[in-house]
Amino acid sequence: MTGVALVTGASRGIGRAIALRLAEDGFSVAVNYASSKARAAAVVDEIASAGASAMAVQADVRDPDAVSSMFESVTAELGPVAVLVNNAGITDDGLLLRMTVDQWDNVMNTNLRSTFLCTKAALRSMVRSRAGRIINISSVSGISGNPGQGNYAASKAGIIGFTKSVAKEVGSRGITVNAIAPGFIQTDMTSALGDNVTDAVAERIALGRLGLPEEVASVVGYLASDGASYITGQTIVVDGGLTL
Amino acid sequence: MERAEIESKLNELLVEELGLDADKITPEARFEEDLEVDSLGVVELLMALEDNFGVQIPDEEAESIGTVGQAVDLVVAKLAG
Repeated sequence: MTGVALVTGASRGIGRAIALRLAEDGFSVAVNYASSKARAAAVVDEIASAGASAMAVQADVRDPDAVSSMFESVTAELGPVAVLVNNAGITDDGLLLRMTVDQWDNVMNTNLRSTFLCTKAALRSMVRSRAGRIINISSVSGISGNPGQGNYAASKAGIIGFTKSVAKEVGSRGITVNAIAPGFIQTDMTSALGDNVTDAVAERIALGRLGLPEEVASVVGYLASDGASYITGQTIVVDGGLTL
Repeated sequence: MERAEIESKLNELLVEELGLDADKITPEARFEEDLEVDSLGVVELLMALEDNFGVQIPDEEAESIGTVGQAVDLVVAKLAG
C-alpha cells in the first residue's frame, strides 16, 4: 500500500513513532496534533529530511467540524487518506469513587469519540475507492482492566468493539479495520508514573522491560502493508507478555 | 434541473459510483431486490445524491427510496422545495 496516512496525536510518543514508521514505509504522512505545534513541526521536519512528504495538521479530534476540516486540508494537500491511525489519547486516572464526570467525559471524548469521528470521515473516500486501512490504538487496560483507569479502560475496550463492528460493516468494500493494544510503552504517559511503578511493572512483563514506541509502530506498519490484507477486526496485543 | 436531466445523472452515478449494470437500471428497478445493492450500497447512493445534487436527505426520508424512480422523485422534490 502507498498513499496518504493520517495519524492522530502524532506529535509525540507512540503517535510520533507511527508517523515516522509510515513515512519510512513510503506513505505521505499527515501529522495531527491538538496543541503541540512545535513538536508536530519537528516530526514533519524529521520526515522531510529523510526525503518523504508530510504535513502537520492541527485539529481537536473531539470536534466534528474540526475533524471535517482536517480531512479536507489533508486531502487537498496530500490526497485522499488511505490509512487512518486513530492514536490520539489521554489518561486522567482516579479511583472510581473519586472520579469526576469531567474526568470521565474528557477521556471518553478524546479516546473514543475521536475514533468514531475520524473513522466516519475517512470511510467516505475509502468506501468509494474500495480500499483502505483503519488502525485503532487501544490498550491492554481495555482488555484486562486497571485500577484507577475506569474511564481509560472503558474507552479502550470501546475501541475494540467499535473495531470489530466497523470491520464487519466495510469488509465488503476491501477496507480492513484493526486495533492494537499496547502494554507499558516508554512514553510521557508512562514516565509520569515514576520509576518505582515502572520497575514493579517490568517484573510482571515476560520480556522483563517496557516496550518502545517503535515496537508498536512496527505493528502499525505491518497492518498498513499489503502483507496484512486478510486481517480484519483483530486486536493485536503488543505488551511483551504482560497479560499472559 | 429537469426531471430527465436528474434521471440521466442518477443513472450515471449508479453505474460509476455503485458499479451497477447500466442495462438493469429502469425506473421500476428495486435497489435491494433487483439491483442487489446492499445496505452499505444504499448509504453510498445517499452520499452520492447529497454530493452531486447538493441536497440533504435525512434517514427517515431515505427510507422512501425503494426503486430508481423513487430516488429520482425524492431528488426532484428536494430541488423543487
